[in-house]
Amino acid sequence: MSDFSIIGKPIAMVDAAGKTTGAGKYTDDLSVAGMLYGKILHSPHPHARIVRVDTSRAAKLPGVVAVVTGKDAPNPYGILPVGHDERAMALDKVRYVGDNVACVAAETEFIAEQALELIDVEYEVLPAYFDPEESMKAQSDFIHDNKPQNIEKDYHHVFGDPDKAFTEADYVAEARFIAQEVTHAAMEPHSTLASFEIDSQTGKPGRLTVWSSTQVPYYLQHKLSLVLEMPMSQIRVIKPLVGGGFGGKSEVIPLEIIAAVAARAAQKPVKITYTREEVFLAHRGRPRTIVDLKTGVKNDGSITAVKARVIQDGGAYCSYGVVTILYSGALLGALYDIPNIQYDGYRVLTNKPVCGAMRGHGTVNVRFAFESQLDEIALQLKMDSAEIRRRNLLKAPCITVNGLRVQSYGLPECIAQVVTRSQWNERKGKLPKSRGLGIACSHYVSGAANSIIRSDMPHSTVNIKIDRDGGIVVYTGASDIGQGSDTMVAQIAAEVLGCSMARVKVIAADTDLTPIDIGSYSSRVTFMNGNATLRAAQDVKKQIATAAARKMDCTLDDLIFRDDVVVNKRAPVAATPANGSQPTVVHAEASVSGRVEGQILRGSLQQKRKDEGPKARLSFEEAVVAAIDFHGALSGTGSYAPPPEARGGKHKGAGVGPSPAYSYSAQVAEVSVDEETGEVTVHKVWASHDCGRALNPTSVEGQIIGSVWMGMGQALTEEMVWKDGLLMNPGLLEYRSPSSVESPVVEAIIVESVDPEGPFGAKEASEGSLAATIPAIANAIYDAVGIRLRESPFTPERVLSALRAKKKQKHINLTEGVDPTAPTTFREHGGSLCFKGKGPERHALDPARREAQVATGGAD
Amino acid sequence: MKKELIELRVNGRTYELAIESSKLLLDVLRQDLDLTGSKRGCDESSCGACTVLVDGIPMLSCALLAASCEGQEITTVEGVSEHGSLAAIQKAYGDWGGSQCGFCTPGFMMTVKHLIAENDEPTDADIRAALSGNLCRCTGYEQMYQAIKSAIDAERRGSGVAQ
Repeated sequence: MSDFSIIGKPIAMVDAAGKTTGAGKYTDDLSVAGMLYGKILHSPHPHARIVRVDTSRAAKLPGVVAVVTGKDAPNPYGILPVGHDERAMALDKVRYVGDNVACVAAETEFIAEQALELIDVEYEVLPAYFDPEESMKAQSDFIHDNKPQNIEKDYHHVFGDPDKAFTEADYVAEARFIAQEVTHAAMEPHSTLASFEIDSQTGKPGRLTVWSSTQVPYYLQHKLSLVLEMPMSQIRVIKPLVGGGFGGKSEVIPLEIIAAVAARAAQKPVKITYTREEVFLAHRGRPRTIVDLKTGVKNDGSITAVKARVIQDGGAYCSYGVVTILYSGALLGALYDIPNIQYDGYRVLTNKPVCGAMRGHGTVNVRFAFESQLDEIALQLKMDSAEIRRRNLLKAPCITVNGLRVQSYGLPECIAQVVTRSQWNERKGKLPKSRGLGIACSHYVSGAANSIIRSDMPHSTVNIKIDRDGGIVVYTGASDIGQGSDTMVAQIAAEVLGCSMARVKVIAADTDLTPIDIGSYSSRVTFMNGNATLRAAQDVKKQIATAAARKMDCTLDDLIFRDDVVVNKRAPVAATPANGSQPTVVHAEASVSGRVEGQILRGSLQQKRKDEGPKARLSFEEAVVAAIDFHGALSGTGSYAPPPEARGGKHKGAGVGPSPAYSYSAQVAEVSVDEETGEVTVHKVWASHDCGRALNPTSVEGQIIGSVWMGMGQALTEEMVWKDGLLMNPGLLEYRSPSSVESPVVEAIIVESVDPEGPFGAKEASEGSLAATIPAIANAIYDAVGIRLRESPFTPERVLSALRAKKKQKHINLTEGVDPTAPTTFREHGGSLCFKGKGPERHALDPARREAQVATGGAD
Repeated sequence: MKKELIELRVNGRTYELAIESSKLLLDVLRQDLDLTGSKRGCDESSCGACTVLVDGIPMLSCALLAASCEGQEITTVEGVSEHGSLAAIQKAYGDWGGSQCGFCTPGFMMTVKHLIAENDEPTDADIRAALSGNLCRCTGYEQMYQAIKSAIDAERRGSGVAQ
């Protein structure tokens, strides 16, 4: 089966040169004639009613063309059909520090910024909720009137009989785990350029073109249509190069809508690019998650039941929240064989920037809790922690107790690989003092089997057009955000059609040109768009083969497409025309001569060839020309919809979690802990990932390493720090994404289980590895110094206080009496561009404020 | 704001520009010269995406006033290609996966170009230290190290072909 010419080979991304030369264009690199710059006014309050907005002074500033507010586009929208709770700009209330109030479109950025200061907004401050468990107790001043107790959504699932199974367990572990909030921090700040054409009949704004840094052009087109009350056909969304997403661009971000609203009002193109601080406020990252986890096991290590109560601090709007909280429960299944599961999930609204989807959507924080607890259990049972994972493997193919269909299952091989490569058995427990090894596993979906907008529409459709000279154009809606989907699509088309990559040109993510693909999220693109590409290529290949077979006087099955030649495998070599005019050709020559024949000498040569009788081989161009002469045009279409068997159970919320295939990962981390400073150093991570088949091993390894690295960031340093609803570290320096000196060696190990439904057997490769890294590091820290850290990130403060607690030493306050959560000035590095002052004004009834008073009252 | 006339040498060409004296080099490159390869990834000189070479030294163009760069030789990512084809480091970054989304890549190109010019046998620690001022959110840096080593090899062999 490894007989591929392009699949499985390390190939440079098709757009690599554009990125390394600076020639590639991202949205902010674009400009159009007459373009204005937009700047957004953000709320300084976490929760307040808007009494009055007066934009008149701003509108009078020379250079200002338009000022828009919520009233200019009041229609609600949201990424989920059940969560249409956002508006372009706030209408009546602001719900977090950073919520959008107004936008100025002006001739320069400087003028726009000046104009923001001239907008007068009168707020009536309301009590605000920052802690999800407090927020759930709210009696009044709900963040959204239709969400009592500020609960966005709660789910309560029971599969099997967990209560009974816990009584049958020999050992039950129970603990609370907390994972602090993290964000994507993609290198490219969000940017959108919106431009209306003037309608030739009315002179009013007509068709809209939007260039945007998005992972989901079609959703953007759909939401723009809702808010602007325009038909989708009148809106064209184009995705230029996107500088990373990780989920942060997988839904409609406020500036995308606001730019269009401002462009309509200004009747000129408007570009808005977020500052880095605004990117942090736009957020949509991984919510702070509280996991109360209980696991029951038999003495042989087999898990009898799991009970999880998960609370997510979702921020001020729904976003992907309902999906996130469902993933957290659903993906308790499909990794190990767990016969009984109870899940209670609460997605809670708070007055903070909105959480959404982030790499490893929903599963990461629960996986941290689960894998940490499994490690504790193994120690309790005096069992090797790799062994306890082997004892709980699924017997694939199977359907899990919560309705997830598992087909290919490379987890056993993943575990075996990391155990061998890290010399786990030889080295575990024998490392020097303060150095340890930890193991953990994870998995992820290869796309959701159910689309977020319910319909029978295929999730991906791809068109392929082939020109007379053998040039292949693939039209795909897949959004390349740096993960390499354009390259993947080109590889699959080239492999199926048996030709070189150089022939293939990919036109991607332009809603006027490319058929619908629902976007780059939940690791769906290789599996779904790859399958659609495969089918489109097969469709067009069949047309070529039909024409070629006629010419070669053979059946379709006799033809092999490879290396730019179509060969009749049954034709004896002697049957190759031997009349001198057509010697047996070398591939390269075939393509050169073919191109000449195809374009210039086609007529006469074809006539000549007719006289020669059937041929044993045709160059790709000759075969293409034969098909085009027959069909008039040569194009093919393929689409992909997940099969009904993969779409999950019938219970409420069953739609989230099912996937046509799951990726698997196992990791071993080697860390050392400085017991004096509490600093954790990750030396090496061995990460094996079952991606079905690695279509492009370089890319797959890059995705595995990138996932592990991002997981390490969440494990050790990354954390969003809040004070009164104000983000205290809205900058890359303060957010502490790891630099090259802090990054470990990652040994990526590809495991290929060859999925029966994936394109060439491929599955997800970009997300599944992230979740295992955090618990692998946590478990390694335990191995190193014997402390169990149940709250991430494992900063020196947390490590040190756990170490001192273990030694029964007195807790030391590292900040010498300064409460780190109560800084006196906002941001130590640089000033805030949008927030002025010391901190948000607080309402007397704020629950968090009451708590602070109690804390100071009971000083010890 | 009143504009002043300055002369800027960028990628071997001299440009005469009328700019505000407060304008940052990054904005002049991107807006006035249409050299959009250098990127703005942050507002506080912490990400390195805007790195350019000023007289051969990597500098953050978001933290330099354009007017202060008069008389200095500025090289941006657009000036890295050699003789109209990819420099070894550009080819190697593509081949080894050193660039994923590519937004940070222009900054890395400049930093790595300087690293290689200074030290043609960098150790792993040298490479890590040199890259530490540039942030990347995709790659975990690992494949960049391979790319850099392969580019050095390729240059040593006197060809632009990596591997």
